[in-house]
Amino acid sequence: MRFTKDHEWVVLDGDVATIGITAYAAEQLGDVVFVEVPEVGRKLTPGDGLAVVESVKAASDVYSPLAGEVTEANTALTGQPDVVNASPEGEGWFAKLKIADVAAFEALMDRAAYEDYLGTL
Amino acid sequence: MPPTSLLDLKSTPLTAAHEALGARMVEFGGYAMPVQYPDRVLKEHLWTREHAGLFDVSHMGPAFLRLSRTTGDPDADHAAIAALLEPLISGDIRGLAPGRLRYTLLLGEDGGVLDDLMVGRPREAGLQGVLHLVVNAGTKEADFARIAAAVQGQATLTRADTGGLLALQGPEAAAVVGSLIPQAASMSFMSLARIEAGDQEAWVSRSGYTGEDGFEILSAAFPTQQLWEILLSDPRVRPIGLGARDSLRLEAGLPLYGHDLDESVSPIEANLGFAVSRKRVKAGAMRGAVRIARELAEGPARVRVGLSVVGAPAREGAEIAGADGLIVGRVTSGGFSPSLGRPIAMGFVPPALSQPGTALHVIVRGKPQACEVTELPFVPHRYVRAV
Repeated sequence: MRFTKDHEWVVLDGDVATIGITAYAAEQLGDVVFVEVPEVGRKLTPGDGLAVVESVKAASDVYSPLAGEVTEANTALTGQPDVVNASPEGEGWFAKLKIADVAAFEALMDRAAYEDYLGTL
Repeated sequence: MPPTSLLDLKSTPLTAAHEALGARMVEFGGYAMPVQYPDRVLKEHLWTREHAGLFDVSHMGPAFLRLSRTTGDPDADHAAIAALLEPLISGDIRGLAPGRLRYTLLLGEDGGVLDDLMVGRPREAGLQGVLHLVVNAGTKEADFARIAAAVQGQATLTRADTGGLLALQGPEAAAVVGSLIPQAASMSFMSLARIEAGDQEAWVSRSGYTGEDGFEILSAAFPTQQLWEILLSDPRVRPIGLGARDSLRLEAGLPLYGHDLDESVSPIEANLGFAVSRKRVKAGAMRGAVRIARELAEGPARVRVGLSVVGAPAREGAEIAGADGLIVGRVTSGGFSPSLGRPIAMGFVPPALSQPGTALHVIVRGKPQACEVTELPFVPHRYVRAV
């Protein structure tokens, strides 16, 4: 698992990256009440909007940390947005992306580096 | 916001208690206040609707307005203090019965709303010529200065925001408060009582900002801290943050100053005509009387409505569009309704589009979403009017 400073996590299986938000991000957001996931087939470059997460108080954009094409979106979150709170780093994933640049994945923070980063916040 | 800036904020007698409970603290009206406890907004909201939620609202602006020279005639003294306050507000205070509380609006010269507030008349014969006020946190400095200047030489305004103000809200609030303060259980909604315990006094009103039955209790710092602990030791009571206070008041259709109300909005546009004394409008004895009279007769240019939203929550600032796609208004408060399990909002639209059932759109992140004008409140009020 790799992490970004925007509190996303990425798991790579072959050339498919699964992306979600970290437990820290879910905790900071509070109760998630609405999730918008991307359409399958959408091509994303790093920084493109991947998902929208709304908590009771505020809306947050989730940006794609990698370039790739959406192969699957977790549409179950539309009906059960609270899964993001219950299982942010598991069932609460947002989308799977077919990526070409594995090096870009490797360049993201590992868990130890992410935890060090959280310590600075 | 960096956490260090919380250090520059004002605290309440309960700031340490919130931190000990694991609350997330945020800035509100210049105070460090709990936005949620570890239960988080959804659970806190639903707990208040089902049981009793305890809120620290010590950031609000309670005050007492006292006639400088009383005659000893209770009715004359009340009439005199009412006559001093009424020119600033929309409501009838002269006709307020002893021990009653009224929601009213502080008005600007053109009839715009400068604040919304509660005005209470003490029940005690010896306290006639005194009014109990509670104004909003973010506006209290300006309000107090405005009121004090207007009554100068004839009455004095004494702030009471150095102690604590608690709100206990929800269907079990009366049973909880009644076990501590027996006389509170027999109060009806929108009434006010002064309670003495030892050498301490407290002002208890049966009122609130959630749509539920409940009480607000003003006392000095130490009794507030004691009362907070005693109330929290009751299993029916949980602490509730400002996040749920906002979602509760939104469901109850209650406006929030600085969002649904501001100095550009008239009481009629805000759909708060119930808080406007018709007699004083007719007599021209109200700020903005000409505008308010015209809006009463011909209808306002825009009016506050409730909106049931399909899809993502529409937040404050979201544009409202008519069926033809033209922008007709703006959302002033919006979010997710925990009780209804779907998004709701309030905003201003032209009266022609204000009928419940009217289909409109809200623009969220550039995309139109369906919404429908909905009768307020979204969740019925459960005030206990007669005991």
